[in-house]
Amino acid sequence: MARPKALVDMSQHYCPGCTHGIIHRLIAEAIDTLDIQDRTIGVASVGCSVFTYKYFDCDMQQAAHGRAPSAATGIKRVHPDTLVFTYQGDGDLAAIGTAEMLHAAIRGENITIIFVNNAIYGMTGGQMAPTTLVGQVTQTSPYGRQIETQGYPMKVSETLATIEGAAYIERVSVDSVKHIKAAKKAVEKAFRYQMEGKGFSLVELLSTCPTNWGLSPIEATDWLRENMLPHYPLGVYKDKGGEQA
Amino acid sequence: MAKVIFDEDRCKGCELCTTVCPKKIVVMAEDRINIKGFHPAQVIEQDKCIGCGFCAIICPDLVIEVENKGAKTCRKEC
Ligand SMILES: Cc1ncc(C[n+]2csc(CCOP(=O)(O)OP(=O)(O)O)c2C)c(N)n1
Ligand code: SF4
Ligand code: SF4
Ligand code: SF4
Repeated sequence: MARPKALVDMSQHYCPGCTHGIIHRLIAEAIDTLDIQDRTIGVASVGCSVFTYKYFDCDMQQAAHGRAPSAATGIKRVHPDTLVFTYQGDGDLAAIGTAEMLHAAIRGENITIIFVNNAIYGMTGGQMAPTTLVGQVTQTSPYGRQIETQGYPMKVSETLATIEGAAYIERVSVDSVKHIKAAKKAVEKAFRYQMEGKGFSLVELLSTCPTNWGLSPIEATDWLRENMLPHYPLGVYKDKGGEQA
Repeated sequence: MAKVIFDEDRCKGCELCTTVCPKKIVVMAEDRINIKGFHPAQVIEQDKCIGCGFCAIICPDLVIEVENKGAKTCRKEC
């Protein structure tokens, strides 16, 4: 077990115990496994993962907040033989970028979205996200998220599964070794499907934000298990390739 | 024999690796700090390591490398 080739050999800026780093590794391992490092183009978004473009050893583009799926659409259409993925947080994807994400799926764009759901805006200091859980305390929901005024947490994978253009949608988690192993398979499958021309794929990864959750990294993985897993059940929500098989 | 190597200066002291080791041999080095100012993780009793790689799988910062040459495989979670 060594550092994947598709990851630059440098220290990343993420907070101690932040699971963004695990997700980076899984993506790089999938690129290595499929042997497509020279044909991969990633699109970084806005959020804590904004520097993603420095960390992957492949071509990278940085998109405006929420617009990564649109940038990826253009890149993929000009370079159809490449693997094009976006790396987006829940603030980026499920708030300001909802339209772009949804319409990329509706159009059935042959791209892969790596969606990191940590139930909060990390980079800007812990404000409520569309994915924040009911009752969860954040900077902008100091009494906990209230359904009456702030509505329900958005379930991205379930929503996208209803869209005809989506080929593969799975929700995984990186809170434990077992879940990380399953997450690795999901990322690899999404990339493989894209290379096979199967169409739009999204892998939602439940992730921690120890800093803005106000918890230690170990407490944060426990919090994810106890609070996020019941509301965001893991599993395959759509698998067009699987249906055909 | 399995061997666990830590790139100590990359460690952020998050302690996640200490929670997954089936042999409980990954512990924090309380006697020193690394270049980032954290107590790094380390392995005590290297000979007890079964080379399962769990510590490396959970580390967000790619600090840990597990060399697993002819080691027993762990049957717990893999
Ligand atoms: C147009 C625009 N609006 C708002 C912002 C401020 N902003 C920066 S990151 C962010 C949200 C980040 O949250 P998320 O996508 O969940 O990623 P995380 O930091 O949690 O990984 C916001 C609102 C911005 N940079 N640009
Ligand atoms: S603020 Fe949260 S999401 Fe951002 S790097 Fe820190 S722990 Fe990770
Ligand atoms: S490889 Fe397994 S047994 Fe060895 S130190 Fe890491 S977690 Fe423990
Ligand atoms: S998981 Fe990695 S960064 Fe965290 S304490 Fe262990 S070696 Fe250090």
